[in-house]
Amino acid sequence: MLRCGYALFWLLESVLLICVVSSVKGEAVVTREGSNITGIPIISFKWHHVETPYLVAFWVLVSFLGKLVIEANHHVTSVIPESALLICFGFILGGMIWAADKVQTFRLTPTVFFFYLLPQVILDAGYHMPNKLFFTNLGGILVHAVIGTCWNAASLGLSLWGCQMGGAMGDLDIGLLQYLLFGSLMAAVDPVAVIAVFEQVHVNDVLFIMVFGESLLNDGVTVVLFNVFDAFVSLGGPKIDAAEIIKGIVSFFVVAFGGSLVGLVFGLLISLLTRCTKNIQIIEPGFIFVLGYLSYLTAEMLSLSAILSIVFCGMCCQKYINANMDENSVQTVRYAMKAFANGSETIIFVFLGISAIDKVIWVWNTGFILLTLLFVLVYRFIGVFFLTWILNRYRLVPLEFVDQVIMSYGGLRGAVAYGLAVMLDENKIKEKNLMVCTTLIVVYFTVILQGITMKPLVMWLKVKRAAVTEVSLLEKLTNKMFNHTLVAIEDISGQIGHNYMRSKWKYFEENWMSWILMKPSARKKQDQVFDVFHQLNLKDAMEYVTEGERRGSLEFVRNENSIIDFKKKSESESFDINNANMSNDHGAIRDPIPSVSLEMHEQIMKAVREAEAINAHHLLDQHLYKSRKQHRHRFSRSHFDINRDEKEVQEIFQRTMRNRMKSFTSAKMGVKPPKTIVKHTQKEQQQKPMKILSRSFLGSEGDSASGYDQSYMRATYRAGAGIENPAFMPDLDPMDLLQIPPWLGESELDSSMVALSHRAQVDLPRTPSNLRRLAPLRISTRSTASFTLENIPDTQHACVFPQNCN
Amino acid sequence: MYNYKHYCKNLHKYIHIVDVCFFTVSQEQIKNLYQRFQQLSGNHEKISRDDLERIPALNNNPIRKQIITAFFDKRNQHQNDVGSLDEIGFEQFLMVMSHFRPVNSTATEEEKVTVRKQKLRFLFNMHDTDNDGIITLDEYRTVVEELLSQSGAIETEVARSIADAAMLEVASTNVPHMAPDDFYEGITFEHFEQILKGIEMESRMSIRFLDMNTATMRCGKLSS
Repeated sequence: MLRCGYALFWLLESVLLICVVSSVKGEAVVTREGSNITGIPIISFKWHHVETPYLVAFWVLVSFLGKLVIEANHHVTSVIPESALLICFGFILGGMIWAADKVQTFRLTPTVFFFYLLPQVILDAGYHMPNKLFFTNLGGILVHAVIGTCWNAASLGLSLWGCQMGGAMGDLDIGLLQYLLFGSLMAAVDPVAVIAVFEQVHVNDVLFIMVFGESLLNDGVTVVLFNVFDAFVSLGGPKIDAAEIIKGIVSFFVVAFGGSLVGLVFGLLISLLTRCTKNIQIIEPGFIFVLGYLSYLTAEMLSLSAILSIVFCGMCCQKYINANMDENSVQTVRYAMKAFANGSETIIFVFLGISAIDKVIWVWNTGFILLTLLFVLVYRFIGVFFLTWILNRYRLVPLEFVDQVIMSYGGLRGAVAYGLAVMLDENKIKEKNLMVCTTLIVVYFTVILQGITMKPLVMWLKVKRAAVTEVSLLEKLTNKMFNHTLVAIEDISGQIGHNYMRSKWKYFEENWMSWILMKPSARKKQDQVFDVFHQLNLKDAMEYVTEGERRGSLEFVRNENSIIDFKKKSESESFDINNANMSNDHGAIRDPIPSVSLEMHEQIMKAVREAEAINAHHLLDQHLYKSRKQHRHRFSRSHFDINRDEKEVQEIFQRTMRNRMKSFTSAKMGVKPPKTIVKHTQKEQQQKPMKILSRSFLGSEGDSASGYDQSYMRATYRAGAGIENPAFMPDLDPMDLLQIPPWLGESELDSSMVALSHRAQVDLPRTPSNLRRLAPLRISTRSTASFTLENIPDTQHACVFPQNCN
Repeated sequence: MYNYKHYCKNLHKYIHIVDVCFFTVSQEQIKNLYQRFQQLSGNHEKISRDDLERIPALNNNPIRKQIITAFFDKRNQHQNDVGSLDEIGFEQFLMVMSHFRPVNSTATEEEKVTVRKQKLRFLFNMHDTDNDGIITLDEYRTVVEELLSQSGAIETEVARSIADAAMLEVASTNVPHMAPDDFYEGITFEHFEQILKGIEMESRMSIRFLDMNTATMRCGKLSS
């Protein structure tokens, strides 16, 4: 599945790098042979024919290999961040090219960077943005991204200009406006290196989102600011009056908000589209990339902020995409997105390194360079501390001093700054090369030096870490409850605060947005609590299976026919009780799929028996649910539906259920039922555990839940009787009639038999997960003898399938 | 204002109450709350259930009942008293509100722990309706059913089994080696605390009682 993502990736990458090379080397010459053929050549060497794409692919390969080598050395990457190493790798590569050609052949051109490398990085960031966290801290992020950036740009430009006036850097032909332009391009904070460090050490959420969100929006803001100043520079000093300045400020906001708006529109468009891509599942992930890219280009075309556009596009559509699309497509999108972004990032850093080896751009001016470095660092600190000080007066939970230090120190400059610097017009700005050179030095300094020292600093300052917690169901529920409580208290105290806004937005979102943008089937499962519940069930089932495997007992593999009943049941919408009964055999023919896998299991089992079951666990783990996937190839390009995960899950579920029920019956043999529960019929009791589980399971499948027979559910919750634990269900099974050897009955009484107090029977929750501890216990103590006894009646209806009987 | 004299007379008392429970608020904030109180009660000295139930904004809240009950619960008055009140005065109102005060950034570790306990206790009390110190399954189910009643996709039965699953989860984490015939009575406060230790209660369960202008509610977002 992921292959297609990679293929797409390669395609795009190669296309984009074509432009790199072609811009440097000129049009690729397509040689036409055949004008003066003397004979038919068997093979011919046509380098020029493939030169451009070949070089592109080759460079990508080289960068990736570089990354491969770097990532292989964990002890190095744990000290020096990957981005710094990639830049160094670029130095080496550039040096080699220089040594060979004596000219700089490859460099990162702005076109390539802004059109082909940057979009996917930003799209990825937007798409994976933790929305709730982002919007909770939106105020702070915006203040830092907008005001902070303007502050950085202005202060740097003005200070440098002041220093030049003071004569600190000799004779330079740079005016005030050009300094401001330079300041604006230097204000772009690059998130990549910081985020990498943050992810390693798991800093707390608030700090993470502040830095991440800021650097993301800040890229957009910088570009806007750069364009405004660029326009001023082109206009020339004397022509600028108050009106022009106001126009500049207005255009700043129009460009920024317009870009965001374009992004939102495209995001909604993607969401709407994914509602109806059910039949073209294979290319459905492509929509996100294509439309995301189009939103970038559209914004660029309208001279709005392209970066902000693609950020908001990603943020807006993520929720609906994830709900609307098939699970596989969602995975593909995630992986492809990461592959694109990571690949681009690698290439960007390598080329940043390569660009350094170029004699043309190295114009040294000690004063200019050192002062820039100093001011960049100092003003970042001042800006962050000042803005945070203001923000803290309004924040419920103030940002701590340590967080502020890290935020300031995390202001690394990256490729955006370099890209903008290269875009400068040499005709208008005489000292372009000096600026490019300074930008590069600042980038190297911040990425390499600050990047390396970042981690020790985070450790040393003891930055508050994120609590890594496994989300439990209770936690989720309490969280939900807690949010409602906060909203209520705000309502009662008559205050309009965060919680109030959030609840109103949620209300609107649930009632309108979701209704329009989500598939009806997807809306059902969007509740997170339900999600966790479902996952818990799944985990439970898996645990059960592994537990069985670990104990080396293959019982649950052996009674394969269990699948048949259950398969049928889960597929048929109206849950027929009679069919659910394990002793029946009619109607099982409808779904032949399981039998295919049964065959596979049969083979595996043989192998296991021969291998003396030592590595039974491993083998089962490897092959049990993957058999069909591995042994059957499909060549169709538009269908990719063999053995989807869902089905594996279904199988696990069905097996689990079947075995649990078996375990109940066998474990309870010979035990007198407590009187309170006698009134339930035996059939009902058998049904109950399965009911609950398959309910959640069906519910997750969406539509099937609606046709579900509910009257039956109600019967299980009979008033007065409380709830009964199926594990303790007294057994009135015909199994009783089987003659149980007394010793067998005895042993079970001792080990796993459970006599419940009256209260426990009433109160113990009857849920799938309560079987977690109980069911495996029973399996382990049960003797194989009793198991085989059980299997006897089942084998009969297994023969419905010819495959099994052969 | 009708009760303004009364308010001024009692301001000292209120500030005292507030100080007792570390509710560091300014007079301004108390005044705001007082105004709101008056508005809710219709200028009476006491507020009743009906008054709270009339708040339109609460209508969409699935756990409205629990919240309102919490306001009239004596356990939330810091006085080791049990039972429920029919009406509450401003003092009691303040007491309940004090559970939602933000923690001072200068607070010591010890204070933070106390505050956290208080907040958790408030939540716990919302679950534990019969005040036996244990959230039993029935109690928990009631809450969860209410909580999920608004999301249309989940029916009562599912809500119940979700509650059951959550309960069992607590049981299995807290009593890892439960013998088969053991019986888990319910979530005690200690277990509750233990399970929710991942949630940053002290900072999240707080509301700024600032900027409250009940007459003209400003619709601005606090920046943070």
